[in-house]
Amino acid sequence: MSQAYKEKRRFIQGNEACALGAIAAGCRFFAGYPITPSSEIAEVMAKELPLLGGKFVQMEDEIASIAAILGASLSGEKACTATSGPGFSLMQENIGYASLAEIPCVIINVMRGGPSTGSPTSPSQSDLMQAKWGTHGDHPVIVFAPAYISEIFVDTIHCFNLAEKYRVPVILLLDEVIGHMRARMDIYKLSADDIAVIERRKPTVSPAEFMPYDTSDSLVPPMAPFGQGYRFHTTGLIHDRTGFPVNDGLTAESETIRLMKKIYENESDIIEYEEYMTDDMDIMICTFGSTARSAKVAVNKLRDDGIKAGLFRAITLSPFPRKKLRELSARVNKIYVPEMNLGQLRLILERVTRPVQVPIIGINRINLAPISPDEIYQTIKKGEGYV
Amino acid sequence: MSNIERYLRKDKFPHIWCPGCGNGIVLHAFLRAIDKLNLDQNQVAAVSGIGCSSRATGYVDFCTIHTTHGRALAFATGVKFAKPELTVFVFSGDGDSTAIGGNHFIHACRRNIDLTMIIFNNNIYGMTGGQYSPTTPYMKYASTAPYGNAEQPFNISGLAVAAGASYVARGTTYDAAQLDNLIIKGIENKGFSLIEIFAPCPTVYGRKNKLANPVDLMMWQKELTMPVAKWNQLDDEEKAKYQPTGILTDIDKPEFCDEYAKTCAKAQKIAKGELIS
Repeated sequence: MSQAYKEKRRFIQGNEACALGAIAAGCRFFAGYPITPSSEIAEVMAKELPLLGGKFVQMEDEIASIAAILGASLSGEKACTATSGPGFSLMQENIGYASLAEIPCVIINVMRGGPSTGSPTSPSQSDLMQAKWGTHGDHPVIVFAPAYISEIFVDTIHCFNLAEKYRVPVILLLDEVIGHMRARMDIYKLSADDIAVIERRKPTVSPAEFMPYDTSDSLVPPMAPFGQGYRFHTTGLIHDRTGFPVNDGLTAESETIRLMKKIYENESDIIEYEEYMTDDMDIMICTFGSTARSAKVAVNKLRDDGIKAGLFRAITLSPFPRKKLRELSARVNKIYVPEMNLGQLRLILERVTRPVQVPIIGINRINLAPISPDEIYQTIKKGEGYV
Repeated sequence: MSNIERYLRKDKFPHIWCPGCGNGIVLHAFLRAIDKLNLDQNQVAAVSGIGCSSRATGYVDFCTIHTTHGRALAFATGVKFAKPELTVFVFSGDGDSTAIGGNHFIHACRRNIDLTMIIFNNNIYGMTGGQYSPTTPYMKYASTAPYGNAEQPFNISGLAVAAGASYVARGTTYDAAQLDNLIIKGIENKGFSLIEIFAPCPTVYGRKNKLANPVDLMMWQKELTMPVAKWNQLDDEEKAKYQPTGILTDIDKPEFCDEYAKTCAKAQKIAKGELIS
């Protein structure tokens, strides 16, 4: 098993924790293309996978990288790729393919400043909307955004588990801050639940009876690997349960809705979040990823001043923990949303909390630096921010 | 015919290809090659992109992937690299493989991964209604070249040779009998194999270019091509008038999956201290 398990604790970089988490999840296939600030993930995979009989390949671009992991996944391997903004843009078409053809895969995006080539070595959280809506068409996708080094390791395992369980592309959003940060990871503190690994469901029927999208017993059909007697067709065209393209509206509608339902009907199994001092809060700070680290410090400082602040940190960004947030928003006077973009999480919050009509105030920075605890603290103290 | 029927998904017929289209001739030759080699159906994967020829994966009874436009080779690289024991085929057209998928094409050739690719070259984008492709000849007509195509065409086989493919062959649907052997040799080659086949499109390309009769397009293929042994004897000026057919390259060269397995064995020895890096 991975070197990570051989030690009780380790001083580790976020990107390295991500790569080791993938290996711990059973990922044995990586295809990628060099891009800052994600390249360390590829470098660790290139070093570790050969020791485990796994496969690493550096493809000619990011489009090829995601295509290769989809081919590997159809062959039966757990597979992932890692990139940053420009590469993530190139991957969008095949993310849609994975959604429609229901091919498990994990796409890691270590976010950097954008748009375009942007600021390769600087942090950003501006790919949130793209992670959710980047590919064309209505489609399901699961998005995770950890904030701590140990959590990157654990959430990477969870991402693979969810990809395999729900046959869906899962996007792990890191940002340059936590991707390149080094911290202690206490391996001995991880619970069995943290590192439990889920395998994809395989068909129990004979090849003659097999239908690749048979959903008679579950919204998520079982999946057969290539080379084991189950011959089937995979296409990016709208298809019925036989896997072959159809051109009728009823199937197009019912199959697309099923793809959405398999995620939304299992929200409680998928969604993760963290609450900090939310029990008696009057002011809620809601954020995700590395910005939550600063927000937590700001909550402490505000509490020192007698202001009842609390933090809600969304770990799962899609499906979004809307029910919990609607409930919490009814109990507060104001919601502050610090994020390293111009208001992408705020836009989601405005939608999910609409029945409550609580003021939602942005603390937005795109100045290539992390948002400091003091910036959040001062903005809230002075009653500033973007409405 | 009966032997090859077992490789077909007969319930998916009739196929979408027009009368006079060369794609069926290519598919038939492919199935005869599979049959002659008696490949285990369960150990074959076929991967295609988007376009008329890429619909072939729907008709053959293997593990099949009809991928996104231009990306068949990249998907197939994932399939083959993950499971090298599978025999993996790629079906593609001239636009799919050398326009939108051109980058994957040259890199699959360079990597020399053990895939067998068949390009159905019909000199046009057929499925979208006749726009000019990277192989539409100079000054021929297309819906997006209404006054003649001002661009110069790709020589696909030449591109594959230059990019490092270990086996490259070219054939035509006019000379269908030769195709079986070109494909068999490609399957037998351990490395990247390209078989480029001129397959006429009378409905779209032909109609735009006063060649709407499939027989006229067949005769065009005949006039345009020459067996490579004969072609080699021509001077450069004469060579430029014809496209050579037959096996253009067949060389021994390290194959990617094999070489990667060797580097894994090396890495494991280094990790055990049996070898110094």
